[in-house]
Amino acid sequence: MKYVLMFVETEEFAAQLEAMGELEQQAAYAAVGQWFADHAGQITHHTHLAPVHTATTVRLDQGEPVVTDGPFVEGKEVVSGFAEVEVADLDEALRIARSWPACPVVEIRPVA
Amino acid sequence: MTGGVSQEVLARVVREHAGRLAASLVSLLGDFSAAEDLVQDAVETALRRWPAEGVPERPDAWLFTVARRRGLDVLRRESNYRAKLARLTWPAPAAPDDRLRLIFTCCHPALSRAAQIALTLRVVCGLSTAQIAAAFLVPESTVAQRITRAKRKIGEAGIPYRIPAGEELPRRVGEVLAVIYLLFNEGYLSSTAERAQARDLVDDAEWLAALLANLVPREPEVAGLLALIRLHRARGAARFDAQGHLVLLADQDRGLWDRQAIEQATALLTRAARGHRRPGPYQLQAAIVACHAEAATFAETDWAQILVLYDMLLHLAPSPVTRLHRAVALRHVKGPEAALAELADLGEVLERYPLFHATRAELLRELGRREQARRADERALELTANPAQQALLEQRLGWD
Repeated sequence: MKYVLMFVETEEFAAQLEAMGELEQQAAYAAVGQWFADHAGQITHHTHLAPVHTATTVRLDQGEPVVTDGPFVEGKEVVSGFAEVEVADLDEALRIARSWPACPVVEIRPVA
Repeated sequence: MTGGVSQEVLARVVREHAGRLAASLVSLLGDFSAAEDLVQDAVETALRRWPAEGVPERPDAWLFTVARRRGLDVLRRESNYRAKLARLTWPAPAAPDDRLRLIFTCCHPALSRAAQIALTLRVVCGLSTAQIAAAFLVPESTVAQRITRAKRKIGEAGIPYRIPAGEELPRRVGEVLAVIYLLFNEGYLSSTAERAQARDLVDDAEWLAALLANLVPREPEVAGLLALIRLHRARGAARFDAQGHLVLLADQDRGLWDRQAIEQATALLTRAARGHRRPGPYQLQAAIVACHAEAATFAETDWAQILVLYDMLLHLAPSPVTRLHRAVALRHVKGPEAALAELADLGEVLERYPLFHATRAELLRELGRREQARRADERALELTANPAQQALLEQRLGWD
């Protein structure tokens, strides 16, 4: 089955990353790189999104399309990227998600 | 066939065989939802017909035949199941682990706790939606919706029908134990008025714990939970008086306790603790109950030992409610002042917990601070919705 793992960042996490020294930051990125390498066999596709300040939202349910600055929900948690994995079942997807070394929340959704 | 079957016998037979049938059918069909529908259908037919006709000599085969026939009807359009169903015979090929797989699937952490509970009761214990709704005092439609959603999620999200392997097993066993423990508490803590329904839940919890203990003998926490449930049940006859009022431990007639059951449960606990040396919250809670159960009189309770066990429990599973219980033990070891000091820290987190105020009231009364005690009891009374606890508090307020 195919699943998408959505990596969800929090303000707190972003601030922590920001506050790290250069070496620490490098170590954090290396851990992410290692994670992708470890699961290369299951990951079929992955993307990192540009930060949330670059988001633009178009609302189509108010007559005229309304374009606004920012993500569609103003929240403390934002999707920062995603990976698509091909695995046998949810347990295997969970195992991969559990070892994710970066941002604090991962949502797992099967690809319909 | 034997006629005139009591509800209790019926429940036992259904629980024993429905889980087995569900496990085999899910295994054979590879479709959780379809198998579960067939089992429920067979169970409902049984519950309708057995009271009048009696329990058949081979209830498992009877249920299987109904499930299979129903399956052939329903799936006439879906040929992939048709071929499989047509070949099925009972008893299905023996797979001792099937029921365990079923329990783990129903208690998968990707399902909400409420869904885990409803699904386990329905699929493993064979309870109907109406029975589950009655036991939890929620509308039947809510339970039906939870079960439907959970089954859909199992299928669509790819929750596997499998016993977790290796290092994942203990964590997942923990998930199952949490469900059983909640079932037990829901049944055990319910008041007399609800007891007729609720007793089924205590029964189901004990049955599930015993089944799990058979299937996973290497996890001492499973034995711990089973011992805990059995120790509580062994004292059940003394918990309520003739008027249906809750009787406090100190006032219980210990002659009504089932000494043999207490000894057996304690032995089970000791075997698990000595054999594995992996203490956990359920073993420790059972050990605390065992200390109470072994005391011939309330005065002979080994409070020092209980205090040690609470300290271990707090170390493994810190919780404000456990600290509250520990404070009660502390009162008997070091006096009410010390216990009251312990409670001072907990006031904020346990502000809405009736037992916190009731315990505080007892300590204050013991210290002669009657007005404060009365106010604490009144606060406890405001907060509890449990009629048995309400009656007890009202009685206590009446004495003042």
